[in-house]
Amino acid sequence: MIYLTPTTVAEALGLLQTGEATLVAGCTDFFPGQRPGCQERSLLDITRVPELRGISATRTGWRIGAATTWSDVIKAPLPPAFDGLKLAAREVGSVQIQNAGTVAGNICNASPAADGVPPLLTLETEVEVASAERVRRVPLSRFITGVRSVDLRPGEMVVALHVPAIAETMRSAFLKLGSRKYLVISIAMVAVVVELDDGRIGDIRIAVGACSPVAQRLPALENHLRGLTIEAVETVAIDADAHLAPLRPIDDVRGTAGYRIEAVRDLCRRAVRQAMDAA
Amino acid sequence: MDKRTSETRIGFSLNGAETEVAPLPGERLSQSLRERLGARDVKIGCDAGDCGACSVLVDGDVVCACLTPTHQVSGRTVETLAGLVESDGQARALAERFQDHGAAQCGICTPGMMVTAVALLRDNPKPSTLEVQDALGGVLCRCTGYRKIIDAVCGVPPVLSGSGAVGDAIRRLDGLDKVHGAERFGDDVAPPGTLEIRVIRSPHPHAAFTFGDLDAWRTARAGIEAVLTADDVPGLNRFGVIPGFIDQPVFAEGVARFRGEAVAAVIGDPDVIRDLDPDDFPVTFEPLRDVQTVEAARAEEAPRLHDAHEGNVMCRGFVTCGDPDGALDAADVTAEGVFSTGFVEHGYIEPEAGFAQVVDGRVEVHACTQAPTMDLDSLETILGMDRGLIRVVPTGVGGGFGSKLDISVQPYLALGALKTGKPVRICLTRTESMQSTTKRHPARMQVKIGAMRDGRISGCDFYGDFNTGAYASWGPTVANRVPVHASGPYRVADYRARSCGVYTNCVPAGAFRGFGVPQAAIAQEALFDDLAGQLDMDPLEFRILNALENGVPTVCGQVFETGVGIKQCLEALRPDWQRERAAAQAFNAAAGSLRRGVGVAAGWYGCGNTSLPNPSTIRAGIRSDGQVVLHQGAADIGQGANTVISQIFAEALGVPVSSLALVGPDTDLTPDAGKTSASRQTFVTGNAARLCGQALRRQILRRVNASETAELTIGDGEIGIADGGSAHVVALSNLPSDAHGYVLSAEETYDPPTRPLDGNGQGEPYAQMGYAAQIAVLEVDTRLGTVRPVRFVAAHDVGKAINPMLVEGQVHGGIAQGLGMALMEAYLPGRTENLHDYLIPTIGDIPPIDTIIVEQPDGHGPYGAKGLGEHALVPTAAAILNAIRHACGVRIQEVPATPSAIHAALNGRDGKGM
Repeated sequence: MIYLTPTTVAEALGLLQTGEATLVAGCTDFFPGQRPGCQERSLLDITRVPELRGISATRTGWRIGAATTWSDVIKAPLPPAFDGLKLAAREVGSVQIQNAGTVAGNICNASPAADGVPPLLTLETEVEVASAERVRRVPLSRFITGVRSVDLRPGEMVVALHVPAIAETMRSAFLKLGSRKYLVISIAMVAVVVELDDGRIGDIRIAVGACSPVAQRLPALENHLRGLTIEAVETVAIDADAHLAPLRPIDDVRGTAGYRIEAVRDLCRRAVRQAMDAA
Repeated sequence: MDKRTSETRIGFSLNGAETEVAPLPGERLSQSLRERLGARDVKIGCDAGDCGACSVLVDGDVVCACLTPTHQVSGRTVETLAGLVESDGQARALAERFQDHGAAQCGICTPGMMVTAVALLRDNPKPSTLEVQDALGGVLCRCTGYRKIIDAVCGVPPVLSGSGAVGDAIRRLDGLDKVHGAERFGDDVAPPGTLEIRVIRSPHPHAAFTFGDLDAWRTARAGIEAVLTADDVPGLNRFGVIPGFIDQPVFAEGVARFRGEAVAAVIGDPDVIRDLDPDDFPVTFEPLRDVQTVEAARAEEAPRLHDAHEGNVMCRGFVTCGDPDGALDAADVTAEGVFSTGFVEHGYIEPEAGFAQVVDGRVEVHACTQAPTMDLDSLETILGMDRGLIRVVPTGVGGGFGSKLDISVQPYLALGALKTGKPVRICLTRTESMQSTTKRHPARMQVKIGAMRDGRISGCDFYGDFNTGAYASWGPTVANRVPVHASGPYRVADYRARSCGVYTNCVPAGAFRGFGVPQAAIAQEALFDDLAGQLDMDPLEFRILNALENGVPTVCGQVFETGVGIKQCLEALRPDWQRERAAAQAFNAAAGSLRRGVGVAAGWYGCGNTSLPNPSTIRAGIRSDGQVVLHQGAADIGQGANTVISQIFAEALGVPVSSLALVGPDTDLTPDAGKTSASRQTFVTGNAARLCGQALRRQILRRVNASETAELTIGDGEIGIADGGSAHVVALSNLPSDAHGYVLSAEETYDPPTRPLDGNGQGEPYAQMGYAAQIAVLEVDTRLGTVRPVRFVAAHDVGKAINPMLVEGQVHGGIAQGLGMALMEAYLPGRTENLHDYLIPTIGDIPPIDTIIVEQPDGHGPYGAKGLGEHALVPTAAAILNAIRHACGVRIQEVPATPSAIHAALNGRDGKGM
């Protein structure tokens, strides 16, 4: 039983290499995941590493340290393309959870309904993974490999997320559908980043969560919507097979698969509208 | 900084004082605060971040202490409610406002709620409603419906009145401890280090099981004191609440009949119990074929749960009057349908918990309960002990709503203390609580109602199956109550209602606010809207036309000559109804996917037991120093009995309520005031308090031959009696004291007059009925199937509002639970056994509620007062479903009406996909 509190990334990676402790940060998924009588007792807590906390501008874009909380995201001065991420941040559990839970933890927990993943996908986020030996970068879309499964090998940890520089003209939105107002696991959610080009949709990125084992970008739908006016988005037909193909929703206690597809269709239109209205 | 902190002490500031602890690695801050540092004001509701009860401030930011490793606060500042109200002016002011608004009912969520609100107010001293909702969205409350909490945080001026006479809206008398974090709930009594109990439960809905070598298992493990199984029950290994239906074992005997049923319990040192893996316990389960629905349990070849109950039928209920078939045949229009509801979890934020010890050869059980004397009755049987050797001391109760009427932790505690001879404690995990304690009965109801062209009801035929789970609990009560109430509070001369309670391999269904009546109201009130529609009548006017009145017989043939206030409730809604319906019409005139709906529903509820004795006893005395002491044995589970019973007693005696000292409840100290159930405490115990106050007053007046109108001043060792022009003094110091230490005392009992029901359900089931009618205004997003409640207007006939603030609190809380039942709550064994998969309303889900208090005095109630607890929930779900239909045209026949289900209904599909 040991509680490790490194203060530098190098120290954390060295401790991680020994394999004797489980890496934790906000612990908002760690504790609820415990079974009675089966507590993890050796923890490697990275929240005392200053270089892992916070959001900073880099030469190529933005860096979100692995111990950055959702509240940090909400408070950070960021371009409008991050508005969707901030809206998602406000939907992560509650203020209590947002004050402790981290962006990187949300990704590493790899829940199909992780609130942070769709907006981070629309920001084309890369995950910086490090071990004592090396550092590598993986696109978020490939980092999460399945339900509760990520591309992390023994001795590796997520150090930061990197968002490429994004135009100030890009607008964004996030919509979450649940059965109650707060503290709710999504039935479906949609994140959009969009640029208006002379009243028409220019660059656009759409990602949907809780409708497949891993949240998905919808490139076919993006192509379908590109060039449309705001008015046209309201009535454009969205075909489940042609435009929402990467989604594979399931029936569960929160809703049926069929409902999820129908809802996503509508949420996509609304999210695009919401992002464009913000322009 | 140390990187290896496994054996070091860590220091932090707790409520302004530097403190040190040596937590285990991975220990939760909630655990360290409560068990190592005595901060029991930090409550634990779920251990998963789902309820927010454990909220504390770390460096000023609010976090869940249950999700924070204690090591993480090293060098930081931690603030809890108890510290905040001591040192923070804003917190102290908030504590006052919480009391002024009745924002704390049971009080279990209050520490988390207030701590979170303080964090908001420090940033934003004048928050808007939306800002309060956004900030407090992570703290669940099951009692208040949240609106009073919003008012308190926003600083809305309160509407208190008077000094505590009957009819005055005064603060709760027991409120201070709740807003200071000092109230002691079930898990707050045991000293740190007390032996703990862990129950071993069946993971299967139906399974045979055998134990391995329990003695060898126990002796091989240090720190385990004892293992309990059915063999360790010295008395009868059965409990229950209805004579003839005492069928639930404390520990299953060879066969477990539901997932979560107790098969054994382990008692040991806290650290050993904490690290005990239930899968390590030597028991082998062999799953058996299970039946989890009524349909499966009634099938011909279905396994029988209890030998004596063929076809798994627990019992049936029946009420009929007139000629239902003839009336339905003669009806100009009829409406019918099949309606169904699922298991609903009570969702109180306090899981069942308690403490027991043996004192001078007697076993004392301290636990959260709604029914201390019934607990004593059960323990007497289970322990096979003289009841004089058992003491039940209710702790604070962090919400009950019916489920804490049944025993849960009590037998484990008593058996554990007796077996080990040491103090023991237990606190169920959230999942254990949800798996093993009672639920609202799932219902499947087939109903047909007719009406004549003039709008009068012509015939009603109701049949309902109720899934009672593996054991009876209050199932017989549900089966009996539903046929008595399924007409709604209307004149239905030709009526037949049958019910059937069915055993299944599910968690027992028992008492939950309304005992089956809210389910029946969903069906009956939907069909009333059908009939009104067919007759082209306004739904509210249709109900007013058919409303019961004084002198009109109920479906049981009972005639109340006074106090039938349903018509007044419905009429009181008329201005809001007309305004809201017109507003909805205007709103919907604009084409769009958002549709507004306004629905109405009514309900009634008999206060007290159905045709059974139901007495309450209240004792009071005056000490020689002049202190008036009220022995108030009614469990206050947040609804306000401590305050209401005191107001009634003080009024009857003729003294200020502030002069009373309260004792109890405690089976050693208070006479039996019955159970806190069936909306009976204000009525039944209230009457006992009134009689007791009057008796004590008569004794005093008789001493000086003063008249009835004399004014009493009790205190300082004497009683002053001003009677018109003359004044008298009774010196108390030289009067002899009785066994209780009183120089004057009285004890009075009240039992409501009822008559048994005959074979056709005809009789006088209740001495008193209460009445309610509610309007729900909401918007349906027809593309997503989501519902946004906009407003409720609730008219309640309470006879006489003893304390209008507490009346509003009950109405708000009932509506919040009814809304949850209507829109989101579905307990599915094995699937929604926690508070993130099982959803109860949050602070963002409850819209403003306008309460209209109607007072049609009851013939029996104290000062005309009627019960209210369950009435507030009975019509809510029905009103919501009617509003959904008004908004978008679909009749939802199954709750919860989730977005998925509403969307399916809008698109003509079956919403079930689970």
